[in-house]
Amino acid sequence: MKYLTEFRNGEIAQRMAREIHAITTRPWKIMEVCGGQTHSIIKNGIDQMLPAGIEMIHGPGCPVCVTPLELIDKALAVAAQPGVIFCSFGDMLRVPGTDADLFQIKGAGGDVRVVYSPLDAVELAVKNPDKQVVFFGVGFETTAPANAMSVHVAKRRGLKNFSLLVSHVLVPPAIAAIMSSPGNKVQAFLLAGHVCSVMGYWEYPPLAEKYGIPLVVTGFEPLDLLDGIRRAVVQLEAGRHEVENAYERIVKFEGNTAAQKMLAEVFEVTDRAWRGIGVIPKSGWRLSEAYREFDAEERFQISGIHTEESALCRAGDVLRGAIKPAECAAFGKECTPRHPLGATMVSSEGACAAYFNYGRFLSAEELAGAGSALSGAAHG
Amino acid sequence: MGEQVKTGVPDFSNWSCPLPLVGYPAIVMGHGGGGKLGNELVEHLFLPAFRNAALENLGDAAVLNLPSGKLAMSTDSFVVQPLFFPGGSIGELAVNGTVNDLAVSGAEPKYLSASFILEEGFPLAQLAAIVESMAQAAATAGVQIVTGDTKVVERGHGDGCYINTAGIGVLREGIQVGPHRAQAGDAILVSGTIGDHGMAIMSVREGLEFESQIRSDCAALNGMIAEVLETAGTAVHAMRDPTRGGLASTLNEIAQASGVGILIDEASLPVRVEVQSACELLGLDPVYVANEGKAVFFVAAEAAEKVLAVLRAHPLGREAARIGRVTAEHPRLLVARTAMGANRVIATQIGEQLPRIC
Repeated sequence: MKYLTEFRNGEIAQRMAREIHAITTRPWKIMEVCGGQTHSIIKNGIDQMLPAGIEMIHGPGCPVCVTPLELIDKALAVAAQPGVIFCSFGDMLRVPGTDADLFQIKGAGGDVRVVYSPLDAVELAVKNPDKQVVFFGVGFETTAPANAMSVHVAKRRGLKNFSLLVSHVLVPPAIAAIMSSPGNKVQAFLLAGHVCSVMGYWEYPPLAEKYGIPLVVTGFEPLDLLDGIRRAVVQLEAGRHEVENAYERIVKFEGNTAAQKMLAEVFEVTDRAWRGIGVIPKSGWRLSEAYREFDAEERFQISGIHTEESALCRAGDVLRGAIKPAECAAFGKECTPRHPLGATMVSSEGACAAYFNYGRFLSAEELAGAGSALSGAAHG
Repeated sequence: MGEQVKTGVPDFSNWSCPLPLVGYPAIVMGHGGGGKLGNELVEHLFLPAFRNAALENLGDAAVLNLPSGKLAMSTDSFVVQPLFFPGGSIGELAVNGTVNDLAVSGAEPKYLSASFILEEGFPLAQLAAIVESMAQAAATAGVQIVTGDTKVVERGHGDGCYINTAGIGVLREGIQVGPHRAQAGDAILVSGTIGDHGMAIMSVREGLEFESQIRSDCAALNGMIAEVLETAGTAVHAMRDPTRGGLASTLNEIAQASGVGILIDEASLPVRVEVQSACELLGLDPVYVANEGKAVFFVAAEAAEKVLAVLRAHPLGREAARIGRVTAEHPRLLVARTAMGANRVIATQIGEQLPRIC
């Protein structure tokens, strides 16, 4: 756990939080792009350590959340077919489509398997030549290299029974979409450290310039997040808008060039729908012409499946920071964690799910009070 | 009683059936048919392994001697995959799971039933290994397996071997424990590291295999719990073994049942480094990961140090820790103080915890 525990030191965290308090003179709205960062913020209670005026807006960077309903429905259609082994990362199994989720397909006899790497799915295809093995290739730039590699390996090995159901999405177009949407309130972004470890951060200076916003490449441990927030506040307070790297131990400006080369070969840019947000132009990847034969959408003729997103859902407004979850008419009524309508209710870290699970019980002040009651008690 | 049972455990290291099971190396439908094949299983496998007076009668029901007073009864079914995993097997789980459910209810476990649902084609050698592990687990826990049943399902209709056990225990006099009895001010203790069982299973599950030294903590807790109750008596208000859903689910259940708030200090949670690492890798939180050999105790604050000392003196409780306390504030809610000094609510999970994408 070395290199992790150092970045979880509570005392240093408190010191950094005090520093942020000291330099903050005005309210600021900062969006962390990545779902992993949201997870860490909630898990560690980072948001409670910040000055009251600093609001962390949970961004659209959770692949589970933003995968459009239509693609989930396509996944369900493929997974339900006899002779198919449908492989997925674990947390996609519970994401509801229109009528079911992958768990229910599995329960009804579909061969749905959780794997940790798409390359394991390729191995399954090798071992099961009489089955069609499909991997559900979702995620941001972070998961893309492994997915690209799986198709690359499948092609090299001449596998005819492996395919990828792709819904890759990209961070820079999402930031542009949020910044140019009416009613946007986000003033700075923490860029997703893992995405930048692959892609570098050469794509971002034009965004910082165009929208006049600080962009800070940020990691996932508590001290990483506090450092990212601190740097964003320093820039905001000084009226600067630059791209900064607060995750230097992992991220280089140019990123992982070998991975980028592979991505450029296997994927091409396409328009993508984001659950609860809508179509963002040029915001995703699909398999390139040379690899199109491995596209599950082609192989299983599911392109005819079209699903409308819920008209009630205002996930897009929540993601932009334009409204609080409870201001949505469907919140807690048509839309709950068990029956989510949109991105922000799907994942337990989504803003709406977090509000639903916790917000109705406790205010931040009550939580803080609970902490003072605990201190000194637990260690007895 | 433990001694008696121990002498009845056959040595399986050189085990071979005196009357080979009519030449079948694997389970066939006939083993569940109630005829000769089924009888052979009983005579050559179950009886020698579990041997005790109540079982030997081979009647339709076991006849038991029990003291007067209140009895506790519990049942559980075991469908774990894989059947053998680092640190245990489905057989040990089946015995210890029911023993622990009785023990945390304040009962002294006495007798178990064991029912097997076997899939056609299941290797007899594996069944023998499972039965052996059950016999040893029963001997260690000091309980007797006094009745049982075997059914066979067609190939493809089962997962090799399912086991159901039910158990009877005698409630200790003067002990009043229950999930609804936690009180504001109680100290919360856990008997050791959390998440070991769940991550041991995860490390060998198909599709997720990863190199690890993690072993299941599967163990019978009745001996350790008996020592705690002898020491602290009525100062113990609630006990639970945090199995499926992990520590978080158990604490949430008790918060709900008792209508109290629970505060835990995350930094005080005992978690093995390798379990923590594996959880990091898969994006899981150890508080939601299953345990099979741990107990959580809610005890009056003044008895906490005494109970902790008893736990730490026991081989199964060496890494016991005081992890939090019960409060009248935020009733029915589990709140954790994070290592950063902030607080978060730990909710009950809707379903199984799943490895995260990122």
